Amino acid sequence: MVSVKRVVLDVLKPHHPNGFEFSTAIAEKIRGCRVKLRVSEVDEKTETVVLVIEGEKLPYDAITEVISSMGGTVHSVDEVEVECEPNEDEPA
Amino acid sequence: MFKQLGVMLKITRSHGIARRYFVVNGFDGALTMLGLITGFYVSGNVEFSVVHNACLGAAIALGMSGLSSAYISEAAEKQKELRELEEAMVADLGNSTYGQATRLIPLVIGLINGLAPLVISLIIILSLWITHTSALQLITPLESALLTAFVMIFLLGIFLGRISGTFWLWAGMRTLLIAVATATLIFALSPH
Repeated sequence: MVSVKRVVLDVLKPHHPNGFEFSTAIAEKIRGCRVKLRVSEVDEKTETVVLVIEGEKLPYDAITEVISSMGGTVHSVDEVEVECEPNEDEPA
Repeated sequence: MFKQLGVMLKITRSHGIARRYFVVNGFDGALTMLGLITGFYVSGNVEFSVVHNACLGAAIALGMSGLSSAYISEAAEKQKELRELEEAMVADLGNSTYGQATRLIPLVIGLINGLAPLVISLIIILSLWITHTSALQLITPLESALLTAFVMIFLLGIFLGRISGTFWLWAGMRTLLIAVATATLIFALSPH
Protein backbone atom coordinates (compact mmCIF):
# COMPACT_ATOMS: atom_id res chain seq x y z
CA MET A 1 0.00 0.00 0.00
CA VAL A 2 1.40 3.36 -1.07
CA SER A 3 1.25 6.25 1.37
CA VAL A 4 2.66 9.79 1.27
CA LYS A 5 4.83 10.40 4.33
CA ARG A 6 6.25 13.84 3.63
CA VAL A 7 5.55 16.63 1.18
CA VAL A 8 7.26 20.00 0.65
CA LEU A 9 5.10 22.63 -1.05
CA ASP A 10 5.87 26.07 -2.36
CA VAL A 11 2.76 28.11 -1.59
CA LEU A 12 1.74 31.68 -2.41
CA LYS A 13 -0.64 33.08 0.20
CA PRO A 14 -2.05 36.41 1.39
CA HIS A 15 -0.48 37.98 4.53
CA HIS A 16 -3.60 37.03 6.48
CA PRO A 17 -4.10 34.39 7.80
CA ASN A 18 -0.53 34.58 9.10
CA GLY A 19 1.87 31.65 9.21
CA PHE A 20 0.69 30.48 12.60
CA GLU A 21 -3.01 30.56 11.66
CA PHE A 22 -2.29 29.01 8.24
CA SER A 23 -0.31 26.04 9.55
CA THR A 24 -2.72 25.54 12.47
CA ALA A 25 -5.64 25.34 10.01
CA ILE A 26 -3.82 22.63 8.04
CA ALA A 27 -2.95 20.68 11.19
CA GLU A 28 -6.58 20.88 12.35
CA LYS A 29 -7.88 19.45 9.06
CA ILE A 30 -5.20 16.78 8.49
CA ARG A 31 -5.23 14.78 11.70
CA GLY A 32 -1.96 13.37 12.98
CA CYS A 33 0.24 15.45 10.70
CA ARG A 34 3.16 17.69 11.53
CA VAL A 35 3.36 21.04 9.75
CA LYS A 36 6.39 23.25 9.38
CA LEU A 37 6.09 26.63 7.65
CA ARG A 38 8.90 28.89 6.54
CA VAL A 39 8.36 32.26 4.89
CA SER A 40 10.70 32.55 1.92
CA GLU A 41 9.54 35.77 0.28
CA VAL A 42 7.37 38.71 1.31
CA ASP A 43 5.60 41.03 -1.15
CA GLU A 44 3.20 43.92 -0.63
CA LYS A 45 0.04 41.80 -0.43
CA THR A 46 1.31 38.23 -0.56
CA GLU A 47 4.04 35.99 0.78
CA THR A 48 5.64 32.81 -0.47
CA VAL A 49 5.96 30.07 2.12
CA VAL A 50 7.55 26.65 2.11
CA LEU A 51 5.29 24.13 3.78
CA VAL A 52 6.71 20.87 5.06
CA ILE A 53 3.97 18.44 6.02
CA GLU A 54 4.76 15.07 7.54
CA GLY A 55 2.44 12.28 8.56
CA GLU A 56 1.65 8.59 8.29
CA LYS A 57 -0.69 8.84 5.34
CA LEU A 58 -1.06 12.34 3.93
CA PRO A 59 -4.14 13.08 1.80
CA TYR A 60 -2.72 15.45 -0.85
CA ASP A 61 -6.13 16.59 -2.17
CA ALA A 62 -7.33 17.48 1.32
CA ILE A 63 -4.12 19.47 1.94
CA THR A 64 -4.52 21.53 -1.26
CA GLU A 65 -8.19 22.04 -0.44
CA VAL A 66 -7.33 23.56 2.97
CA ILE A 67 -4.63 25.71 1.38
CA SER A 68 -7.05 27.11 -1.23
CA SER A 69 -9.79 27.64 1.34
CA MET A 70 -7.34 29.86 3.24
CA GLY A 71 -6.66 31.82 0.05
CA GLY A 72 -3.35 30.13 -0.86
CA THR A 73 -2.24 28.51 -4.11
CA VAL A 74 0.29 25.70 -4.49
CA HIS A 75 3.01 26.89 -6.88
CA SER A 76 5.03 23.72 -6.91
CA VAL A 77 5.53 20.40 -5.16
CA ASP A 78 9.22 20.59 -4.27
CA GLU A 79 9.68 17.29 -2.44
CA VAL A 80 7.63 14.17 -1.92
CA GLU A 81 8.39 11.16 0.24
CA VAL A 82 6.27 8.15 -0.54
CA GLU A 83 6.44 4.75 1.09
CA CYS A 84 5.10 1.50 -0.22
CA GLU A 85 4.40 -0.82 2.66
CA PRO A 86 4.78 -4.46 1.66
CA ASN A 87 1.63 -6.52 1.69
CA GLU A 88 1.82 -9.14 4.44
CA ASP A 89 0.42 -11.81 2.11
CA GLU A 90 3.17 -11.32 -0.48
CA PRO A 91 6.30 -13.50 -0.23
CA ALA A 92 9.47 -11.63 0.73
CA MET B 1 -20.68 28.56 12.28
CA PHE B 2 -19.42 31.01 14.94
CA LYS B 3 -15.93 29.51 14.63
CA GLN B 4 -16.02 30.06 10.86
CA LEU B 5 -17.23 33.63 11.42
CA GLY B 6 -14.37 34.15 13.88
CA VAL B 7 -11.88 32.93 11.25
CA MET B 8 -13.38 35.28 8.65
CA LEU B 9 -13.21 38.25 11.02
CA LYS B 10 -9.62 37.32 11.82
CA ILE B 11 -8.30 36.89 8.27
CA THR B 12 -10.00 40.04 6.98
CA ARG B 13 -8.87 41.86 10.14
CA SER B 14 -12.45 43.10 10.57
CA HIS B 15 -12.95 42.66 14.33
CA GLY B 16 -11.42 46.10 14.97
CA ILE B 17 -13.73 47.66 12.38
CA ALA B 18 -16.79 45.94 13.89
CA ARG B 19 -15.83 47.16 17.38
CA ARG B 20 -15.30 50.69 16.09
CA TYR B 21 -18.67 50.69 14.34
CA PHE B 22 -20.35 49.41 17.53
CA VAL B 23 -18.93 52.24 19.62
CA VAL B 24 -19.38 55.01 17.03
CA ASN B 25 -22.98 54.20 16.17
CA GLY B 26 -23.89 53.13 19.72
CA PHE B 27 -22.68 56.53 20.90
CA ASP B 28 -24.68 58.14 18.09
CA GLY B 29 -27.81 56.32 19.26
CA ALA B 30 -27.37 57.23 22.91
CA LEU B 31 -26.61 60.90 22.16
CA THR B 32 -29.54 61.20 19.74
CA MET B 33 -31.89 59.84 22.40
CA LEU B 34 -30.35 62.15 24.98
CA GLY B 35 -30.88 65.10 22.63
CA LEU B 36 -34.49 64.17 21.89
CA ILE B 37 -35.37 63.58 25.53
CA THR B 38 -33.62 66.75 26.69
CA GLY B 39 -35.57 68.63 24.02
CA PHE B 40 -38.86 67.20 25.28
CA TYR B 41 -37.83 67.88 28.89
CA VAL B 42 -37.08 71.52 28.09
CA SER B 43 -40.39 71.87 26.20
CA GLY B 44 -42.39 70.61 29.19
CA ASN B 45 -45.91 69.12 29.19
CA VAL B 46 -45.30 66.93 26.14
CA GLU B 47 -47.63 63.96 25.85
CA PHE B 48 -46.06 60.59 26.59
CA SER B 49 -47.20 59.11 23.26
CA VAL B 50 -45.44 61.92 21.38
CA VAL B 51 -42.19 61.32 23.30
CA HIS B 52 -42.46 57.53 22.92
CA ASN B 53 -43.25 57.60 19.20
CA ALA B 54 -40.62 60.21 18.36
CA CYS B 55 -37.92 58.26 20.25
CA LEU B 56 -38.99 54.94 18.72
CA GLY B 57 -39.05 56.46 15.24
CA ALA B 58 -35.57 57.90 15.71
CA ALA B 59 -34.30 54.55 17.10
CA ILE B 60 -35.61 52.61 14.09
CA ALA B 61 -34.25 55.18 11.65
CA LEU B 62 -30.84 55.05 13.36
CA GLY B 63 -30.87 51.24 13.17
CA MET B 64 -31.82 51.18 9.49
CA SER B 65 -29.34 53.90 8.64
CA GLY B 66 -26.55 52.07 10.50
CA LEU B 67 -27.36 48.75 8.85
CA SER B 68 -27.60 50.02 5.30
CA SER B 69 -24.74 52.53 5.36
CA ALA B 70 -22.24 50.13 6.93
CA TYR B 71 -23.31 47.26 4.65
CA ILE B 72 -23.00 49.33 1.47
CA SER B 73 -19.64 50.88 2.38
CA GLU B 74 -18.12 47.68 3.80
CA ALA B 75 -19.29 45.58 0.83
CA ALA B 76 -17.59 48.01 -1.55
CA GLU B 77 -14.40 48.06 0.58
CA LYS B 78 -14.23 44.28 0.91
CA GLN B 79 -14.85 43.76 -2.83
CA LYS B 80 -12.03 46.18 -3.60
CA GLU B 81 -9.71 44.36 -1.17
CA LEU B 82 -10.62 40.98 -2.71
CA ARG B 83 -10.06 42.24 -6.26
CA GLU B 84 -6.63 43.64 -5.32
CA LEU B 85 -5.69 40.42 -3.56
CA GLU B 86 -6.84 38.32 -6.52
CA GLU B 87 -4.68 40.45 -8.81
CA ALA B 88 -1.67 39.91 -6.53
CA MET B 89 -2.36 36.18 -6.19
CA VAL B 90 -3.26 35.73 -9.88
CA ALA B 91 -6.06 33.44 -8.68
CA ASP B 92 -9.80 33.42 -8.21
CA LEU B 93 -10.45 33.60 -4.46
CA GLY B 94 -14.24 33.53 -4.77
CA ASN B 95 -14.57 30.10 -3.16
CA SER B 96 -11.92 30.65 -0.49
CA THR B 97 -12.57 31.88 3.04
CA TYR B 98 -11.66 35.33 1.67
CA GLY B 99 -14.43 35.15 -0.92
CA GLN B 100 -16.95 33.99 1.69
CA ALA B 101 -15.79 36.73 4.07
CA THR B 102 -16.24 39.35 1.34
CA ARG B 103 -19.90 38.33 1.12
CA LEU B 104 -20.63 37.73 4.82
CA ILE B 105 -18.53 40.26 6.78
CA PRO B 106 -20.27 43.40 5.38
CA LEU B 107 -23.58 41.94 6.55
CA VAL B 108 -22.21 41.21 10.04
CA ILE B 109 -20.68 44.69 10.32
CA GLY B 110 -23.94 46.21 9.03
CA LEU B 111 -25.88 44.31 11.69
CA ILE B 112 -23.52 45.46 14.44
CA ASN B 113 -23.68 49.04 13.18
CA GLY B 114 -27.46 48.93 12.98
CA LEU B 115 -28.15 47.02 16.18
CA ALA B 116 -25.82 49.09 18.40
CA PRO B 117 -27.86 52.35 18.23
CA LEU B 118 -31.17 50.47 18.03
CA VAL B 119 -30.55 48.37 21.17
CA ILE B 120 -29.11 51.29 23.16
CA SER B 121 -32.04 53.50 22.12
CA LEU B 122 -34.54 50.74 22.98
CA ILE B 123 -33.03 50.41 26.48
CA ILE B 124 -33.50 54.16 26.97
CA ILE B 125 -37.08 53.99 25.61
CA LEU B 126 -37.75 50.98 27.88
CA SER B 127 -36.79 53.00 30.96
CA LEU B 128 -39.16 55.73 29.75
CA TRP B 129 -41.95 53.21 29.35
CA ILE B 130 -41.31 51.41 32.66
CA THR B 131 -41.39 54.66 34.64
CA HIS B 132 -44.56 55.72 32.80
CA THR B 133 -46.42 52.51 33.62
CA SER B 134 -45.01 52.17 37.13
CA ALA B 135 -47.37 53.00 40.02
CA LEU B 136 -44.58 54.46 42.14
CA GLN B 137 -43.20 57.48 40.31
CA LEU B 138 -40.21 58.86 42.18
CA ILE B 139 -38.99 60.56 39.01
CA THR B 140 -40.76 61.45 35.77
CA PRO B 141 -40.39 59.18 32.70
CA LEU B 142 -38.27 61.83 30.94
CA GLU B 143 -35.92 62.11 33.94
CA SER B 144 -35.63 58.33 34.06
CA ALA B 145 -34.80 58.18 30.33
CA LEU B 146 -32.25 60.98 30.74
CA LEU B 147 -30.60 59.09 33.58
CA THR B 148 -30.53 55.87 31.52
CA ALA B 149 -29.02 57.73 28.55
CA PHE B 150 -26.24 59.08 30.82
CA VAL B 151 -25.62 55.58 32.20
CA MET B 152 -25.46 54.08 28.68
CA ILE B 153 -23.00 56.74 27.54
CA PHE B 154 -20.91 56.17 30.67
CA LEU B 155 -20.90 52.39 29.97
CA LEU B 156 -19.80 52.99 26.37
CA GLY B 157 -16.95 55.06 27.77
CA ILE B 158 -15.95 52.20 30.08
CA PHE B 159 -16.00 49.84 27.07
CA LEU B 160 -13.70 52.24 25.20
CA GLY B 161 -11.44 52.42 28.26
CA ARG B 162 -11.14 48.63 28.30
CA ILE B 163 -10.15 48.63 24.61
CA SER B 164 -7.54 51.35 25.00
CA GLY B 165 -6.33 50.01 28.34
CA THR B 166 -6.93 53.31 30.15
CA PHE B 167 -8.48 53.65 33.62
CA TRP B 168 -12.19 52.72 33.27
CA LEU B 169 -13.51 55.52 35.48
CA TRP B 170 -11.62 58.21 33.57
CA ALA B 171 -12.77 56.78 30.20
CA GLY B 172 -16.37 56.66 31.43
CA MET B 173 -16.19 60.17 32.86
CA ARG B 174 -14.85 61.50 29.56
CA THR B 175 -17.86 60.26 27.54
CA LEU B 176 -20.19 61.35 30.34
CA LEU B 177 -18.72 64.84 30.08
CA ILE B 178 -19.63 64.90 26.36
CA ALA B 179 -23.18 63.87 27.24
CA VAL B 180 -23.44 66.57 29.94
CA ALA B 181 -22.07 69.18 27.51
CA THR B 182 -24.67 68.12 24.91
CA ALA B 183 -27.55 68.34 27.37
CA THR B 184 -26.28 71.71 28.71
CA LEU B 185 -26.05 73.07 25.17
CA ILE B 186 -29.64 72.03 24.45
CA PHE B 187 -30.82 73.59 27.73
CA ALA B 188 -28.91 76.79 26.98
CA LEU B 189 -30.07 77.16 23.38
CA SER B 190 -33.70 76.17 23.86
CA PRO B 191 -36.13 79.09 24.07
CA HIS B 192 -37.95 78.76 27.41
